[in-house]
Amino acid sequence: MRAAGIVARRELAALVGRPQAWILGGTFAVLGGYLFYSEVAFFEVFGGNRLTTGLWPFVFLDLRLVAFFVVPLLTMRLVAEERQLGTFELLCALPVRDGAIVAGKFAAAYTAFLAMVATTLPGPIVLHLLRPFDWGPLVAGYCGLLLLGAVFVACGLAASAASQSQMASAMLTYGVLAFSWYASWNEAALSDTLTPLVRAVSLFDHYAGFAQGVLDSRSVAYFAGVTLFFLFLAMRALGVRAWRGIG
Amino acid sequence: MIAARELTKRFGGRTAISAVSLDVAAGETVGFLGPNGAGKTTTLRILAGIFPPTAGSVRIGDADLGREPLRARASIGYLPERPALYGEMTVTALLRFVVALRGTRDGTTPERAAAAALERTRLGELANRRIHTLSKGMRQRVALAAAIVGDPPVLLLDEPTAGLDPTERTAARSLIRDLAPRRAVLLSSHLLEDVSTLCDRVIVLHRGRVIASDRPEKLATRLVARSPIDVVAHAPSVELATVLARVPGVRRVTAADDEGPAARCRVIAMPGHDVRPAVAAAVVEHGWPLLTLARAEPSLEEIFLDLVERGGEG
Repeated sequence: MRAAGIVARRELAALVGRPQAWILGGTFAVLGGYLFYSEVAFFEVFGGNRLTTGLWPFVFLDLRLVAFFVVPLLTMRLVAEERQLGTFELLCALPVRDGAIVAGKFAAAYTAFLAMVATTLPGPIVLHLLRPFDWGPLVAGYCGLLLLGAVFVACGLAASAASQSQMASAMLTYGVLAFSWYASWNEAALSDTLTPLVRAVSLFDHYAGFAQGVLDSRSVAYFAGVTLFFLFLAMRALGVRAWRGIG
Repeated sequence: MIAARELTKRFGGRTAISAVSLDVAAGETVGFLGPNGAGKTTTLRILAGIFPPTAGSVRIGDADLGREPLRARASIGYLPERPALYGEMTVTALLRFVVALRGTRDGTTPERAAAAALERTRLGELANRRIHTLSKGMRQRVALAAAIVGDPPVLLLDEPTAGLDPTERTAARSLIRDLAPRRAVLLSSHLLEDVSTLCDRVIVLHRGRVIASDRPEKLATRLVARSPIDVVAHAPSVELATVLARVPGVRRVTAADDEGPAARCRVIAMPGHDVRPAVAAAVVEHGWPLLTLARAEPSLEEIFLDLVERGGEG
C-alpha cells in the first residue's frame, strides 16, 4: 500500500508536469462545458419545464463520449512510455510488487480523471442557482460517470501494460471500449439467446441506468468487477517479462 | 552475498544463459566479461530480480530471490545497461523516490540518504536540476547515485562507466573502489581497463556459459604456454605480419606501433606450440634483422580474446 502510494505520487507529479495532461484536461472541460450548454439550450427551446428532469440522461451520455475520447489518451503512457524510455527496468529492480505498480498507476490516472470530471461541476451548480432541481438524478449520473471512468482507466492501464508503444496502447483501449459500446447497439445482428447476454456485459447499457438517475447496486458491482478484471490483466501483462524479457 | 546456482534463461526457443553459477562475497568486486550477446545483461537482470530464471536459484544475503523477492531486492543497487531515468524529475526527487521504495540499511530518512548519495557521487550542484536537462555523462552519474542510494549491500553495475568522459570515468572508478570494501559488487564492462583496475576476480561469459572464473593474474598464468611473443624486426610491418601469420602453429598476429624503422608484431601461438624458433627462422629467412623476440605479459584483453576464441577449453 505504501509502495503504491509512492508510485502514485510520482506518476501524478509526472502527469501534472506535462502539457499533454493539461491539454487533455482542458479538452475535457471545454467539450463537457459546451455539450452541457448545448443540451440546456436544446431543452430551453424544446423541453420547456422538463428541463431539470429530462436533461441529465443527455448530459451524462455526452460526458460518456468525452471520457471515451480523452481517457485512452490519458492512460496510454502509463506503462508503455516506461517501456519505451527504459525506466520500467529501474522500477522492476526496486522492491515493489507488480500489484503496487498497477495500483499506484491506476490511482494516479484515476485522480487525474476525477479532476477532469470536477471541471464539469460548475454547469449544474449554476443551473441549480437559476432553476433549482432535485440533486438525486445528478448524483446518480456522476456516480455512473465515475464508475465508468474507473473501467476506462483500468482498461487503458491494461492496454498500456500490454503495449510496446503509446499509440498501440491508445488504439487497443479504443478498440476494447468501442467494441463494448457497439456490441449491443444493433440487436438485429444478435440472436435471441445472445442479446440478453451481450446487454448484461455491455458497459454502456449498465451506464444508461445511471444516466437516467437510477443507482443500481448490480451495475455498481458490475463496474467494480470489470475494473478489477482489467487491473488483473494489467498485472498479468507486467508479469509477461518473466518469459518475454524486458524492453 | 550473491550466490547464483545453475541459472538458465530461455526466451521462447532461444537460450540466453545456461547453467551459470557464480558467487560474490561481501567486500569483493567481480568483473563480468563477455562479448556482446554473451548473456551478461540477462544474468544481471535475473540477479536484480527483474525477471526470474527459467531454472536455477539466486540468494542475496540470506534471502532467496525467488521466495522473498522484496527482501532480496531491497539489498540490491542496480545500474542498468541503459540508465533511463524519469526525465521530468529533479535529481534529488529521483533519489528520494528510489530510496523511499528501497529503504535504507541503517533506517536513515530518504532525505538524508539522498543527500548522502548526492555527496558521494559529487552531484550536489545538480541536485535541483531536472534530469532531462542533463548530459549523457551526468545522467550516468545520476543512475549510479540511484544505484547506491540507501546504501544497499549488493551492487550490480551493468557498464557503469559507459558514456562517461575520461575524467568522469576516473571519478566513477574511484567511487566504485570506495564503495567496494563493504559490499558485494558485480560489474560488467566492455572496458577491460575497468575490470583490471577494479576487480578482484573476473568471470568470463561466452554464449551464455561461464568459461572462466578466476583472478586476472591467475587467468594470465593459464596463458603462459601460449603467452604472446613480441617480435621487433627491421621490416615493413604489413609484410612482417603476413609472414609471421604463415608460420605453422601461429594462431594470430597483431601489428603494433612501429619503432622507428623497425616493425613490431605480437604473435599468439596455438596451444602446445612453441613457435619461437620458427618465427626467428622466418624473419631471418626474409633477410630482416631481428631485434627482439620475447614473451610478452598478456594483457587482460588478450586473456579475454583467447578465452572467448577457445570457448573456455584448456
